[in-house]
Amino acid sequence: MSPTGKLKLIDRVTAINWNRLEDEKDLEVWDRLVGNFWLPEKVPVSNDIQSWNTLSEHEKTMTSRVFTGLTLLDTIQGTVGAVSLIPDALTPHEEAVYTNIAFMESVHAKSYSSIFSTLLSTPEIDAAFEWSENNENLQKKAEIVLDYYRGDDPLKRKVASTMLESFLFYSGFYAPMYWSSRAKLTNTADLIRLIIRDEAVHGYYIGYKYQKGLAKLTQPEQEDLKAYTFDLLFELYENEVEYTDSLYGELGLTEDVKKFLRYNGNKALMNLGYEALFPKEDTDVNPAILAALSPNADENHDFFSGSGSSYVIGKAVETEDDDWDF
Amino acid sequence: MSSLVYFSSVSENTHRFVEKLGLEELGMSVHRIPLRPADGFLRVDEPYVLVAPTYGGGNEGGAVPRQVRKFLNDEHNRSLIRGVIAAGNTNFGAAYCITGDIIAAKCDVPYLYAFELLGTAQDVARVRNGLGRFWQQQRLSLSA
Repeated sequence: MSPTGKLKLIDRVTAINWNRLEDEKDLEVWDRLVGNFWLPEKVPVSNDIQSWNTLSEHEKTMTSRVFTGLTLLDTIQGTVGAVSLIPDALTPHEEAVYTNIAFMESVHAKSYSSIFSTLLSTPEIDAAFEWSENNENLQKKAEIVLDYYRGDDPLKRKVASTMLESFLFYSGFYAPMYWSSRAKLTNTADLIRLIIRDEAVHGYYIGYKYQKGLAKLTQPEQEDLKAYTFDLLFELYENEVEYTDSLYGELGLTEDVKKFLRYNGNKALMNLGYEALFPKEDTDVNPAILAALSPNADENHDFFSGSGSSYVIGKAVETEDDDWDF
Repeated sequence: MSSLVYFSSVSENTHRFVEKLGLEELGMSVHRIPLRPADGFLRVDEPYVLVAPTYGGGNEGGAVPRQVRKFLNDEHNRSLIRGVIAAGNTNFGAAYCITGDIIAAKCDVPYLYAFELLGTAQDVARVRNGLGRFWQQQRLSLSA
C-alpha cells in the first residue's frame, strides 16, 4: 500500500498497439468479452412480477438479501478489484482487458438495481440493503478481499480476485438457479446467467495471468503462494458457510447451497492452475441446480460409464464458423 | 494402434488434463495440435480420440478452436477420428462443452466425455479407464 493508503496508479503509459501482441490470450479474451457484451435492459425482468408475487415472505426476503450481497461484490470488483489489477499488468493489452472487466462489473451491479426496482418497493429495497450492511459475514468477505486489493502483492491480488469471480459470488447465484429450476423468476435467472457467463471469463483470465506471474518465481515462492491460496480459500469458505446459513437457513437450503459452494471452490482453484480440493461426494450439486445453470451438464456425456452398446451422437448444432470444409 | 490427439491453448488447461491421463503407460501415443498455424501442421496416421476445449464464451460461433477446425478439415486426419472428449465450463450454460456436440455431429463419432477446466481426479480416472476399454472394443469389433 502506498503511504497515503490510496490505490497505486500506473507509473507510465505507452500507446497500445493491438497489432503487436505480447500475449495472444489478451486479444482472445478481449474479443470474447466484447462478443458477450450485454445490458440489463435487454432482459424483460418485469415479466417476473407475477411470479415474484407467488413467493412467500421468507422467500422474498432471502432473494432480495441475496441480490444486495451480489451488488456489494460487483461494486467492489468494478470500482476497486479489477482496477487494482491494472498497475500490475504485464502488457498494455492486459490493462485494456481489466478496464473491460471493471466496466462489466459495474453493469452487473446496475443489473441488480434494475431487478430491485422492478420487483420490490422502496422500503423493501432499503431493508435489504440495511440487512447486508449489518450482516457480519458479508462485511467480512468484502473486508478480506479489499485488504488484498489494497495490499502490495500483485499475485495475491490476483488470487483474491479469482476467488471473488469464481467462488464468492456463488452463494448468491444459487438463489436465481433455485428459482429457475422451479420455473420461477425465469427472466431474472436469464439475466443472472449472463453475469455467470461473464464471471467465468473473468476468473479464467485473471487466473491465467496469475499462473503467468507464478511461473517467473522460485520454487519456494511458488509453494508459499500455493499455501496462501488454499489458506485463503479455507478462510473464505468458513465465512461463506455462515453467510449461506444466514441467507438460506430459514428455508432449509443451507446444505444444498454448500455443495454448490464447494463445486465452485474447486473451479476457482482450477482457474488458478491448482487441483480441485473438495472430493466428488462433497460437490455433487443438486442436478436441478446444475441443469438450471447448464442444460448440457448432464451425465449423457459419459459414454465410458455406460454399457458401451449405445452412445450419444452430438446433437446437430448450427455452427456459425464458415471455415469448415465438410 | 491407438492414440489421442488434443488441442490446448496457452492456458494449458487441456494439456494438464491429458498429462494426468498418463496414456503412454497404456501404450497409446499422444499428439498435440500446434498452437498456431506458423507452428506447422499435425498429420496423423493412426486412429485417435480427440480432446478439445470449448471456446467462444457462450456463443456458438468459434466454439471449436480454429486450429482444431483446420486439423479436421484435412480429410486424412478426419478419416481416423473415432471419438471426441470436450472440455468446458458449466458457466457457459447451453454452450457448455458444445465443441463435443459439434465435432461428434460433423464427424459422426461418439461424444465420449465432457469435463470442466482441468478435470477432477474422478474425470481423469474415468477417461483413463474408459479409453483403455474403448480401444479394446474397437479392436474386437474390427477383428469380428
